Formats: sequence, structure tokens, C-alpha cells
Amino acid sequence: MSVRMIADKTVKIVLFTSAIISIIVVLAIGFFIFRESIEAWTKLGVGEILFGAVWRPGQDQYGILAMIIGSVSVTFGAILLGVPLALGCAIFLAEIAPAGVQAVVRPAVQLLAGIPSVVYGLFGMVILVPLVRNLNVPGNSGYGLLAASIVLAVMILPTIASIAEDAIRAVPENYRHGSLALGATKWQTITKVVLPAGKSGILAGVILGVGRALGETMAMIMVIGNSVIMPKPLSGNPLTYYLSQARTLTGNIAVEINYATGVHESALFATGVVLFGLIMIVNASARWIIRGQKFVEKANEEQVC
Amino acid sequence: MNDTKLETINYSLYYGKFRALKDISIKIPENKVTALIGPSGCGKSTFLRSFNRMNDLITGVRTEGRVLIDGEDIFKIDPVALRQNVGMVFQKPNPFPKSIFDNVAYGPRVTGLNDRQKLEEIVERSLRSAALWDEVKDNLGKSGLDLSGGQQQRLCIARALAVEPTVILMDEPAASLDPIATLKIEDLIHELSANYTIVIVTHNMQQAGRVSDFTAFIYTDETRTGQLVEFDKTKTIFTNPRDQRTEDYITGRFG
Amino acid sequence: MLEERLSEIAFFHKAQAQSLKREHLRQKIWLGLMWLVGLITVSILILVVGYVLVQGGKAISWEFLATSPKGGISGEGGISTTIATTFYLVGLTLLIATPLGVGAAVFLIEYAGEQSISSKFLRVVIGVANFAVEILAGIPSIIFGLFGYALFVSTLNFGFSLLSAALAGACLVLPTIIRTTEEALLAVPDDYRRGSLALGATKWQTLYRIVLPAGLPGIITGVILSVGRVISETAIFYVTLGGSYHLPNSIMDGGRTLALHLYYLAMDTRAFDKAMGTGAVLVVMIILINLLIDLVSRKLTAGVRKVR
Repeated sequence: MSVRMIADKTVKIVLFTSAIISIIVVLAIGFFIFRESIEAWTKLGVGEILFGAVWRPGQDQYGILAMIIGSVSVTFGAILLGVPLALGCAIFLAEIAPAGVQAVVRPAVQLLAGIPSVVYGLFGMVILVPLVRNLNVPGNSGYGLLAASIVLAVMILPTIASIAEDAIRAVPENYRHGSLALGATKWQTITKVVLPAGKSGILAGVILGVGRALGETMAMIMVIGNSVIMPKPLSGNPLTYYLSQARTLTGNIAVEINYATGVHESALFATGVVLFGLIMIVNASARWIIRGQKFVEKANEEQVC
Repeated sequence: MNDTKLETINYSLYYGKFRALKDISIKIPENKVTALIGPSGCGKSTFLRSFNRMNDLITGVRTEGRVLIDGEDIFKIDPVALRQNVGMVFQKPNPFPKSIFDNVAYGPRVTGLNDRQKLEEIVERSLRSAALWDEVKDNLGKSGLDLSGGQQQRLCIARALAVEPTVILMDEPAASLDPIATLKIEDLIHELSANYTIVIVTHNMQQAGRVSDFTAFIYTDETRTGQLVEFDKTKTIFTNPRDQRTEDYITGRFG
Repeated sequence: MLEERLSEIAFFHKAQAQSLKREHLRQKIWLGLMWLVGLITVSILILVVGYVLVQGGKAISWEFLATSPKGGISGEGGISTTIATTFYLVGLTLLIATPLGVGAAVFLIEYAGEQSISSKFLRVVIGVANFAVEILAGIPSIIFGLFGYALFVSTLNFGFSLLSAALAGACLVLPTIIRTTEEALLAVPDDYRRGSLALGATKWQTLYRIVLPAGLPGIITGVILSVGRVISETAIFYVTLGGSYHLPNSIMDGGRTLALHLYYLAMDTRAFDKAMGTGAVLVVMIILINLLIDLVSRKLTAGVRKVR
């Protein structure tokens, strides 16, 4: 065996090792986070952690239900505000905007994706929170679900918009021509043919947006208030729910991990396990939907041939 | 002779600076089948798309001359309205990823018709006219993509008929089909010609001979600019062409 | 019968004519709305970036950039050490992640189709590795932070340090580098490989001399993207880097990146003016990085065109 061949083999082994690093990292993440959380699960009980409404480390109460509800509420708010904007943006970029306008809007969307989350958080603190504070409701501090939802909506917009745009562009051109040739307007073609044909990809984009929203940490800490309370309407008007302060699962971890010890620290890892699980479910469903779509497209191609 | 349904007068089409069609003047008779034949790249599909203004969708396309339908300038008609009157069947069957029913009902729904019973009538009538009803009547909820290629193409024809057009443009409608499916489509074209003005682009001489009443030969030389060489009754074109180029093409000397 | 059919058609055509106006109006409204959405998106960007740059610009001076933070309740001092720490951390993170990521991508793409005795085993490994990369890409950064805290800070006793933070950060950018490198390698025409192998070069020689150089712009794009992610990232470093505003002397020292510094200024000292100044520096960096990526990817597509 020549030196060249030996070098070739060695390189293969080295590359193989790098390739399995990802597997090792994923397993290690699961292992370490779970291992550190075992103490909390066994000492406190799964039900106590997941459904306990009170988080009071001083008295060894570690229920994360309020944080789960906080995360879900702010994600819901962000989806409600962000999805219409993101979908509109995707439709605009894929179907409507002339090339010159696309060349302005697309980089803008990309740049929105690149801006650090602390900058969004700071912008929220300085601009949005004072604006929200102007709403005259007793107990409204400005910090809370509304400000957090708005910030988060902007942060997930690029994710959803770019995936949805790809999905819309992937719809075969002959569907559009077929519709237009039947005397449908451009807008009818978009809503009745293009969007339904691309719906799996669009939905996957929205779900991945949900994943991003659930995982966002720093910007949330900066504008959501972080009170460990079950969010509830501040007055008789149910809409004031969104003026309530809250804390997210991510925020819970980040705010307390640096000084927590013992069961408290373990309970924070348990929070991490729950977050990890939630996001795995969300991302897996997005994957599953995209898989289905690819399968359908493939089937179509085969039929034509 | 027959009444003229479609007419072009000194019609030219440019892609940017490139002239794809040059000075075409033709009178296409009503309720007859007119075949457009010619070597590939001669612009016959482009010419076909001129009648429902699908060329408008391509950026950089510019036209000169006039195109008339029932004596009216099509560039003065709303393209959406024009396309409701001038249906089109594409080379590759392109049913929507929807049920058979929804495919056919698409056009009527687009015009605001949502009465279920009316839609059912239209769908049945259109599918019957497209000779597809018997094959799919028990499976109207099935996806249009699950049909065979030939069935898909007839579905696309049914879909076009449901809009009640008076003209149907067909761009090599059998090019991607097997011989049996092709025959079915040809029979269908023949039947439809009683009530519709049909313009069909085809590569296949035998097909043009079988289905059409009139034939237009479009030819191009190295300039790749398409010109109308000859237009006459199909029989005349095939048996007694006036132009040498037509004869050469039909007898297979080039193409 | 015929009469009936004709009147039906006439009725239908009338309905079409009537719907036409309505549909054109509807289209006009909706297309107008879509333009508005595009405008709103650009406005949001201009608003956020513009505000941060204008307000932050007021705080920025040579002194601000060149002196170190002094701590204190009003966030006195500048940001020099945090800029330096940011660069250290970016360098260290990419030093760890780039070879691993590029190596992994090369293996996943170049050895995936290889026929050998162990090919079935390899195929399974490659499948699992691809799956793992996809999972990694979806993990939120605070989880990487927790992991880094548990493994590097505590278990391995690296403490709050550049090393702990860089290792955790490397996990974050690994999928980015792997995916962009994979794309770059896939874009290299197979003819190149065959040509080289046919001349008697080994696989590694082919990779090293032909494939990697051809894929270089794509790999660089991945690395630059990762630089941006490390600069922007806060959650991971919040729980692994400590937060000292002093300049780290070794990789075992903790520190504070620009993004972290912004967070501390805003949340702990409420020094919003200086936080804005720091934000402006961050935003400028991100804009530059985006421009750079644009430049490289334009070169990349130009290269591909030449190949064709």
C-alpha cells in the first residue's frame, strides 16, 4: 500500500469522525440536560413540575405551568401578528413584486433575520414598552405579552416569509397558466390555485416559525416583564390578558441558571427538557409535512413521465 | 366560405429585439378545426397563444398589427374576459392538484357561480362533452392528478369547456400521450368542432390531416422568424400545395 | 332543447361579465394590500435599524469605542474590551466549528455514494448524521447554553470561560457550516471528480485539489454566516461566558461580548443610551456581514455560470 493510499484512508477516518460529531452532540445535549434534571423529576414529581402553578424557589416550589402558558401565549400572539405579514410578504415577493422591488424587499427581509435578538429587545424596551404603557389599564406596566408578541412577530417574520416564498415558487408554472387561461384573475389564481398547491410548504414555514418563537430567549426577557405569574386579564376586558406580564420557559432558564443550585438548578434543567421536547414536536411536525409534500411532488413528476 | 371567427392582420411579435412572427394575416373560420403546422421553433405555439393573450405574461413581448375575434380587436378586450371566451389546452396536461369535480368547476366558480346543483350540471355536461364522464362519474372526488395522462388531458378539455368558450386553442394536446389516448383526443376534437372554433398546433402531419378542416403552414428559415406560407383547406394543402416549401415539409423532406 | 341551452349559455356569459368588474376590483384591493405588506416590512427594518443607528450614533465616539467599560450603575465607560472579546469568541468558535463542519459535510456528500464493504453501515451512519444536523439546526440557543453550562462549565470544569462559550457556540453554528458546505459541494460538477480520479488521483487528492477549491466560496459563505450568528448570539454566552467586562487573558477567562454588554446595559444598569450605541455597532457589523455574504454568493453564482 502506497503512502498515498494510507493518507487516503486516514483522511477518510478523520472525516468520518467529524461527520459523527453532530450525532454525538445531539446525544450529549439530550443526555446532559436530562441527567441534570433527574433530581427535580424524582424529588418533585413530573405532575408537580408540569402542572404546578407556583414557581417559588425559596420555598422549593417549582411548577412551570405559568411559564408554559407564558411561552404559548406569546407565541400565539406572535403568530397572530406575524403570519399575515409574513405570508403577505411571501406572496408579494414570489408573485407580485417586479424584479426591482424584489431586489429591495428580499435583502430587507434577510437583514431582519440577522439583527441580534438583544437589539430587538432593546428596541422593544425603548419604543414599544412606553407605547404599550400608554394604554390606560390599571396594572399595565408596558412590559408584558403584547410588547413581547410584537417583538417576536418581527423576529419570526423572515423565517416564515422565506420558507413560504420558496414553497410558493415551487408551485409549477403550468398551474398558473392553466388558471389564467380559464379566465381567472391573477389574484384568483394566487388564492385558488397557487396557495392551495403550496400549502404544505407554507404550513411548514409557519410551524418552524412557531419553533423559533418558542426558543427565543433574550428579547423575551427584555420586554415580557418576567413576573412568575399566571398571565390573566388586568380588567374585565379579556383583551387585557395581553397586557399581563409573563415569563417564558426560555427566560426562566436564562434568568436563574447562573445562581441556582441543587433542586432549583435541576428544576431549570427540567424546564429545558420541557422546552426541548416542545420544540422537537414542533419541528418534527414541520418535517413530516414537508416530507409529505416532497412525496406528492415526486409522484406528480413520475406520472408525467 | 365560412364566417370568420379569428383574424390576424399583418401581425408581428417580438421578444425584445428578436422578431418571432412576421406579418401574419389569416382568417380562421368559425366552428371548424384549423391546424397550425410547421417545423419546431417556427413560432406556431407563440402564434396560438396570441389569440388568448397568454403572451402578455412573458416580459419583453411586443406585438404589431391586429388580432380580431368576431371582428373586435382583442387588445381592446379585458384579457380575463377574452380568456373566458377563448379556452386553451396545453401541451402537457396540467390539471390542478384538486378533485376532478373541483377542476371542472374551477372556471364557473371563478366567475362567481357557487350553486352546487348548477355546478353539478355543468361538471357533468362538460365531462360528457370531453368524453370522460363514463370513466370518472363514480370518482368525482378523486384527485385530477390520479388520472392517466390521456384522461388528464380530457379533464383539461372539460375544464376549458365548463367556462363556455366559443374558441378552444390546443397546443399539441396529444404530444405527451400514447397512441390510444391520442386517438381518443382526436375523436373528441372532431366532435367538438360542431360547436367550437378549434385551433390546434401539431407536429404530427397525420394528425393534422385527420382532425383539421383547414391547415396553416408556418415556416421559418435561419432567421427563426415565423411566417405564414400557406393557408387553405387541409385537403388542398396536403394534396395540392401551392408553395414548394409546404410540399417539401409535408412530404417530409425537412422538419 | 337547443333553445334552452343557448339561453343558458347567454345567462352564463352575462354572469361572467358581471363578475369581471367585481373580481378586478377585488384584485386591485388585494394586490394593493400586498404592496402595503411589502412596504410595511421594509419600513419595520428602516424603523428598527434607523432608530438604533441614529440614537446609538449619538453615543458613539472614538472614546466610546476605544475605552473599556468601567462598570458602575450608569454603565460608564466604552466598549473596547467587549469588541475584543467578541472577536476572540468568534475566532475561537469558528476555529472549532469550521474544520468539524467542513469535514462532516465532505464526508456526508463525497463518501455518501461510495461503494465499499462497509457501505451499508456507512449509509446508516450518514442517514443518522443528516438527521442529527437537522435536529441541531432546530435547537434553540438557550438549550445549547444549558448544555454548555452542564458539560463544559460544570462537569469538565472549564468554568465561565471563552473555551466553554466557544464550545457551546460551535454546536450552534455547526449545522450552518455543514449545510452551506454541503450545498457548495453539491454544486461542484461530477465531471471534475471523474476527471481527476481518471488521472489516477486518490479520493483525498481529488477532494483537496479539485473539489474543495471549487466549493470554497460556498464554504466561506457558511463561515461568514456563522460569524454573524456568533456576534448576534446572547443566550448561550449569557450562561457560559460569565460576563466580566475585563479583557480575557486566556481562553480559560470569562468575558462579555458586545451583545451581552448591550443586555447588561439595558437590563441591569438601564443605560439605554450606551446600550443603543452598542446596538448600533452590532447592527453595523451585521449589515457589513450581509453585504459580504452577498458579494461572495454573487461570486459563487458567477463561478457556476463559468463552469456551465
